[in-house]
Formats: sequence, structure tokens, C-alpha cells
Amino acid sequence: MVILFELALTFYFAATIVGVVELFRGSKATTRIMLVLAAVGFALHTANIAVSLLSGRIPVTNMHEASSFFSWCIVLLFFFIEYRYRIGLLGSFIMPVVFMLMLSSSVLPREIKPVSPMLQSYWLGIHTALAFLGDAAFALAAGIGVMYLVQEHFIKRKRLGSLSHRLPSLQILDEVSYKLITLGFPLLTLAIITGALWAESAWGSYWRWDPKEVWSLITWLIYALVLHVRLTAGWRGKKAAILSIFGFSVVIFTFFGVNLLLKGVHTFVR
Amino acid sequence: MRVLVTGLNHKTAPVEVRERLAFDGPGLEAGLKGLLRLSEVKGAMILSTCNRVEIYAHVSDPDRAAAAMKAFLSEFHSIDAGSLEGSLYFYADRDAIRHVFRVASSLDSMVVGEPQILGQLKDAFEFALSRGATGVILNRLLKKAISVAKRVRTETRIAENAVSISYAAVELTKKIFADLEDKRFMLLGAGEMAELAVRHLIKNGVKDVTVVNRTYERGVELAKEFCGRAVRFEDFIKELVNTDIIICSTGAPSYILHKSDMQMIMRGRKNRAVFIIDISVPRNIDPEINQIDNVYLYDVDDLQGIVDSNVEGRKKEAERAEAIIEEEIEKFLKWQTSLDSVPTIVELRNRAEEIKQAELERLMNRLGNVDERQRRAIEYAVSAVVNKLIHPPTVALKEDTEDRDMLIAMIRRLYGIGENNGSR
Repeated sequence: MVILFELALTFYFAATIVGVVELFRGSKATTRIMLVLAAVGFALHTANIAVSLLSGRIPVTNMHEASSFFSWCIVLLFFFIEYRYRIGLLGSFIMPVVFMLMLSSSVLPREIKPVSPMLQSYWLGIHTALAFLGDAAFALAAGIGVMYLVQEHFIKRKRLGSLSHRLPSLQILDEVSYKLITLGFPLLTLAIITGALWAESAWGSYWRWDPKEVWSLITWLIYALVLHVRLTAGWRGKKAAILSIFGFSVVIFTFFGVNLLLKGVHTFVR
Repeated sequence: MRVLVTGLNHKTAPVEVRERLAFDGPGLEAGLKGLLRLSEVKGAMILSTCNRVEIYAHVSDPDRAAAAMKAFLSEFHSIDAGSLEGSLYFYADRDAIRHVFRVASSLDSMVVGEPQILGQLKDAFEFALSRGATGVILNRLLKKAISVAKRVRTETRIAENAVSISYAAVELTKKIFADLEDKRFMLLGAGEMAELAVRHLIKNGVKDVTVVNRTYERGVELAKEFCGRAVRFEDFIKELVNTDIIICSTGAPSYILHKSDMQMIMRGRKNRAVFIIDISVPRNIDPEINQIDNVYLYDVDDLQGIVDSNVEGRKKEAERAEAIIEEEIEKFLKWQTSLDSVPTIVELRNRAEEIKQAELERLMNRLGNVDERQRRAIEYAVSAVVNKLIHPPTVALKEDTEDRDMLIAMIRRLYGIGENNGSR
């Protein structure tokens, strides 16, 4: 249902605007308005995805749907983190990402081509859900990483503005970002494993060095490194934040760049 | 009836004058009684804190009342009236209301936004109320002032940020660490400001306190005070690997902690964040340490910088608060004019006339054929009843009695006249 998608996009846009306003002059009221707008957008978005599912189709088979499902996962996780940790201003940093993804989704090809019979299996749902949930966790980790850098900048420079009064403490930001990576990493690992199993059952080989596979592996290595240096060398705080932002930029490239620039079994349009 | 404020505060009078005019416990009771004995004063309350002594009163003639109050103050405290010249201020009507609202909202305080004044004002009001010294106007004014203060607090950020060095230290600690309960704290040296900051930190959850002093015995003594433990000065660097927050205030002439020491310590603690507050002058901790990742070093000037910018921030918020106050003054004045007797009499009559006309019309409709003579007779009888009923309240309203304000308020309520603003 196109109208549900467009409405969700509109509400996410409104939430983004309120979120940006909140950065400059926030109050309890703006936070609430932002959350309500995002929640309405999310409800419409969920309905949009549910309609496809009910018609018996998993809506990740073209770039439009994939991008939309990716942002849906981010909003889902955003509300979970918001409920769990109440990180002030998180929405101001995350809703713009969600909106940009939805905007890309709205201009990307929407044409639905039948999935080749070889790929018609329950793996499609499992593999993509794992991948996108993992990517969503990385998106939030990066958003919180940006918040960390902003707050760190204020404290290091010894100038606390009204923004730093409303941002959470460095410790919280660092811990939540780390937790999100420890959530995203196993999801990505499972996505790669299920992808390999699926490839084996569909094409008879686990790994074909398809560009998507290569870039997923690179992403996996980056986050493995993030976790590794944190535990061994104590790369926390600023360095961890920078790494998590870098990691997410690779995720974005793997998602858009590989699909649009490089050709392979994961590209939707051939 | 008009509102009058008389008094002095930290801006108009030095502490020597303020303390002489202060009303302490028994003095407050006697002062209130004395004030009410003045013929010009209909109701009063006294607010006496270390920064201000003020009398809020409702009076019929502000000029005469002001002179009487000034004489009363000089007599009660046996101070030469001339020496109060220039210290005392007098505000009437709108200015008086504004002043009370500003005091309650902590806009007139020495430290703008400090929260104590509202509590002090409430206590002063309740005391006067319990002695029956206030009246409709003052009751309303003070209740309004308290609600205005709350509105200012919730709608502006006036009381949000720390405006003293030791509070700024706590505020920063909370911006770096989420939970202070599991953090380890070290006091290096001693000193009034440092100890105050320690107390604030403990109040905010810090439990694990280590005290280091060049004189070990002094350290042990201080440690006892904070329920912590003492460590010898020679060993303090070893302790730092497990220390998250440090306040340094020693009399050392040069740096006691260098960048290379700190780099080693950070490796040892796997880069877990450290917050160091160096309030010693000359500084005891190499300022370059602030360049190390996850180490945040603030000296006394840095903290002062935070305080200054917070004070600046409060000033901006104060402007928003002033706007709220102007809005509330209008509401209060509107309510006060509604207490004038003339409009009340007019409204009372209109209300009676309305009811009379409505009932007459209904009656005529029901009776159907009534000739002109009967009609006049009925109208006459109804008018007579209505007029007789509203005559006593009208007369009472016209009399200039002491409790007229209350009477007007009562009549308005009993007859359901006018939805006066803010009658919450």
C-alpha cells in the first residue's frame, strides 16, 4: 500500500524536523512530540510491511522495499533503546538517518519482479531479517557514537553548552553503543551463516565471492576488530565511537554501493 | 485596596543594616502585631531572610502606609530613620505585585535561580496566615506568587545548572560518569573548597573515598570524616590505576602528576575514563594530561569558566521568566479590579434582571391571555421581590468596611458572578 509508505515517510520527516529543533531548544514537550510523531510513523510503516507479508510476499525483494525494511528495523530498535535507557536526544540523531533511508527508498525502483524459484525459500525471510536487524544495531551504535563525540568535545574543550546539559553522560553513551555492537555482531554473523547455507541449498556452494559477500565479510571484520581492541587494548570512548561510525559507513556502502554500483547475486535489478 | 511592598535586600543595604532590621522568631510575631496596629495597614506579612527583609501589606493609601511603615521599622528596631534612607524601597500596585512574583521566582536573589527563597517565602506566608494577619488580597497574591514560581521553574531552565565551583565539579562528574556509586574517588590534599566538593560528591552517590595527605595523620583524620581510607603520599600514584575521580588540592609548588605517569596509569586501567579536578594554585597536575584520551582535567579557572557560562545561561532564562511574570501580573490585576464594588454591584443587578426577565417571559407564555393591568401587577410583584433580595448585598457593597474585599469575593461567589481569572 503506497499511501501507508508515503504517510510513514511524512511522519518520519516531521519527527526529524522536531528532532533537529530539539537540538537547539529542547524541552520535555518537544521530546514527546518527536516520539509521538516517530511512533505514528512507525505504526503506519509496520502496517505497510504487514500488508505485503499478508499477501504472502516478503517485502525485501527490491531496493525500495529493502531500504524501507532497513529503516523499519532501525526505528524498532530505537524505540527499544529509548524505552530501556531513555537516552535524551537520541531521536535527534537517529530520526534523520531513518528519514534519509526512507527518502532513498522512495526514489529507488519499486518494480516488483518475481523472485527466481531457486531463491524461493524461508531462508529469504530469516537471512534478510538477521542482516537488517544487525545493520540497525550498527546504525544506532553509530548514532550514539556521534552523540559521544559531541559530548566528549564539549567536556574536553571545557565549554558546556545547553546541548551538553541535555546529552547523557559519556559512560552511558559508550556503554550503550558497545552493547549495540555486541547485539549487531552476532546478528551479522548469523546472517552470513544463514546466507551461506541458503546459497548452498540454492546454488550448491557456500561462498561465491559475490561483492555483497565480500563487503559483508569486511563489515564483519571491522566489527570483530572493534570488539577485539576494546577487550584487549581498551579502545573505548572516543576511539570506539569513531570506529563504530566508520563501521556503519561501511554498512551503508555494503547496502547501497554494492547494490547500485557492483553486480552480483544480491543485486535486485539485473 | 492596594498592595504595598516595603523593604530592603542585598542590593540596597549592606549586611550590617540587614541584620539590624531582621525579624527573628519572637521578633516576627511582635513585628506582625505591631504592623497590624498601624491604622494604614489592613493586612501584612513579613519575609525576613539573610538577604532581605520585606513587608508585604495591603493598604488603602500606599503613600501614607509607606511613611507609617518606615516609622514603624525604625522604632521597632531602634534605628535612626535617616539611616534607612536609600536602603528602603517601596513598591505599590503593579510594581509591588511584580516584586513579590520576582522574589518568589528567585529572580531577585543574589544567586538567581537558587531554590531556597520559595521555601522561605512559603514559611513566612504560612506564619502570617496562622496569625490571621493576611487577608483576601495577600492570600491570593502569595498563592499566585507560589504558582508563578513553579511555572517559572518548569517553563524555563533558570535553576538547572551549577553556579558554584563545587557544584560545577559534581555536574561535570555526572556528565562523564553515569553512576557514581561504583566509582572510586581520591582526595589529594585538603582545603575548604575541595572538602565541600567531596561532600557534594558523597551526597550524589560516591561511596569509595581515599584520602592522601603529605601528613599521613591528617589524611587519616580526614578519611575518618568521609568514611574513607587514608593512603600515604608516596603511594598515591599506584592507587590511581583504580581511581576514577580525583580532586587535587595540595600546597605543592610544582606538578606532582606528569603526563608520562598518567599515560602509564591509563594503560593500566585499559583507558577507563578519569576525571581530575585540580583546584590547587599553583596547579599540581600537568595540564597536558588533558590531551590524553579519556582523561578530563579541569583546573580552578576551567571550573570558574563553567560557572560563568551557567550564570550567563541563567540570565537568558531570567528574561523568559520576566515575560511569564508580566503575563501573570495582568491576570492578577484583572482579578483585583473585579473586586471593586461598582462593577460587582452592576453585575449583581444585571444578573438579577436577567433572571427576572427570563422567569417573567416563561410565566406569561404559560398564562396565555393576561390583560395589561394584571401583567403590570405581576411584573411589579416580581420586581419587588428581586429588588428586596438584592438590596442588602448592594448596601453592604457600598459600605466602606474593612472586610469589603472579602465581602466582594464572597458575593461574587455566592451569586455566581463573572468567571474571574485564575480562580484555581
